[in-house]
Amino acid sequence: MLQLVLDIWNWLPELVQILLKIVVIVVPIMLSVAYLTLAERKVIGYIQVRIGPNRVGPRGLLQPIADGLKLALKEIIIPTNANRFLFVIAPLLVLAPALAAWAVIPFDEGVVLADIDAGLLYILAMTSLGVYGVIIAGWASNSKYAFLGALRSSAQVVSYEIAMGFALVGVLMAAGSLNLQDIVLRQQGNIIQWYLWPLLPLFLVYFISGVAETNRAPFDVAEGESEIVAGFHVEYAGMTFALFFLAEYANMILIAALTSIMFMGGWLSPFEGIAVLDGLTEWVPGIVWLLLKMGFFLFLFLWFRATFPRYRYDQIMRLGWKVFIPVTIVWIVVVGLLVLGEVGPWFDKA
Amino acid sequence: MAIEPVIFYFFATILVAASVAVITVPNSVHAVLFLVLAFFTSAGLWLLLEAEFLAITLVLVYVGAVMVLFLFVVMMLDINFEPTREGFIKNLPIGILVALIMVVEIILVVWPNFGLDTHGAPIPHGADYSNTKELGSVLYTVYLYAFELAAAILLLAIVAAIMLTLRRRPNNKYQDPGQQVLARKADRLRIVKMQSSPKSGNGAES
Repeated sequence: MLQLVLDIWNWLPELVQILLKIVVIVVPIMLSVAYLTLAERKVIGYIQVRIGPNRVGPRGLLQPIADGLKLALKEIIIPTNANRFLFVIAPLLVLAPALAAWAVIPFDEGVVLADIDAGLLYILAMTSLGVYGVIIAGWASNSKYAFLGALRSSAQVVSYEIAMGFALVGVLMAAGSLNLQDIVLRQQGNIIQWYLWPLLPLFLVYFISGVAETNRAPFDVAEGESEIVAGFHVEYAGMTFALFFLAEYANMILIAALTSIMFMGGWLSPFEGIAVLDGLTEWVPGIVWLLLKMGFFLFLFLWFRATFPRYRYDQIMRLGWKVFIPVTIVWIVVVGLLVLGEVGPWFDKA
Repeated sequence: MAIEPVIFYFFATILVAASVAVITVPNSVHAVLFLVLAFFTSAGLWLLLEAEFLAITLVLVYVGAVMVLFLFVVMMLDINFEPTREGFIKNLPIGILVALIMVVEIILVVWPNFGLDTHGAPIPHGADYSNTKELGSVLYTVYLYAFELAAAILLLAIVAAIMLTLRRRPNNKYQDPGQQVLARKADRLRIVKMQSSPKSGNGAES
């Protein structure tokens, strides 16, 4: 049976194989996005001593499907004097880079769609494109609220991208490679070998910048529902709004995956080489570890939203420019010294 | 048929069309977006030339950062572009003349060194060829001084730009987060003991 499936697979043209691989990556992401929305409402519900959605299906498990159906059936409203073409294309411009970045994410050793050497650079390039959709949406809506949201978003994303890039420079120096698989493999060993420890400040800067890049609370001034209604997507309805929503959550999952890969050893087990625990957990496939790590970071996203009040605009700018960028620059020098001195247990490998 | 020419002509057509659109569309926001499209498609062409590092850097730096700021500024401008088009017909002959001279100059420079018989087709590299690695090994050995010099000049430009725009205005109000954090409850709040309601019969002080 397995042989037959393999034969059929090899018989398929390469283009079809790649398309099938893309489907295998994108469909689970879309499902995770759907259930992440439910998880968010449930988690925040319990944090605020509520129950959260529990009416649709058993324990509310069909809620995301009901939400999706509702959004799909709603009318798409295009405001008067809006730029029709840009208005419709903006949600696609937000979603497409969020999905395209997944091409270089390794899920296990060798399990990656495109194993390219400049993977880290590609990720940076793709995540920096998402802001166009937001700016174009704000401009094309012909609405002051949307425009304010777009301006805030572009200022914020451009500021935090610098800190994010510098944090990744630290990872690149530590691993000596831009290939995401190599970065994971350089962290081989148990939990102590992960780049989390030598790059701790960069890890914090990266994850917090990731929260800011995805415009999530407490950095959600671009949406700012209490001041500018819903910010850049105030004029969007139905499916066009749903695409913004999908993109935001897909970006959250992406940031969680990247943080796991670059600082937490990706698919590697935290107990590798530890006497008893390694034997007990050897059977766990690598992707399960990756998913557990991603789940932890996604929970942090939700936790932040339930805990922190929104940052004021000038405080966001101060944090990005005056705190994060100096921290990363100083720590890049430290990483350089650590690598040069071959400080163990991270940098003394051949 | 090989797939490369198809991809090349696909990207090249979009690139040329987008570049023409940059200078012809009336709306400046549209022009900036066409410029973004032009950058993006030329990155595609560079990928075809096995220059993946440069292609991704083009997207990262120009599309991801520079053009975002460009778009930001252009969107804030509220300019009526009608007056700028008034002299179009009047200046057209001069424009055509300048363009023709430039085309002739470019042809004079490029033509002798153009074509497959002067250079030969480049040999395509295998899948294990890493353009990123090649570029790095040349950049940090042969061209190290030029590279470092360029970095120093850029840093100088940043410092100069900041110094030119930095000025302290005496009546400028700003907050010191250090001072804000140090504020304690006692600094701002005074609890006054008082009776919850005025005594009856005394007459309320209204």
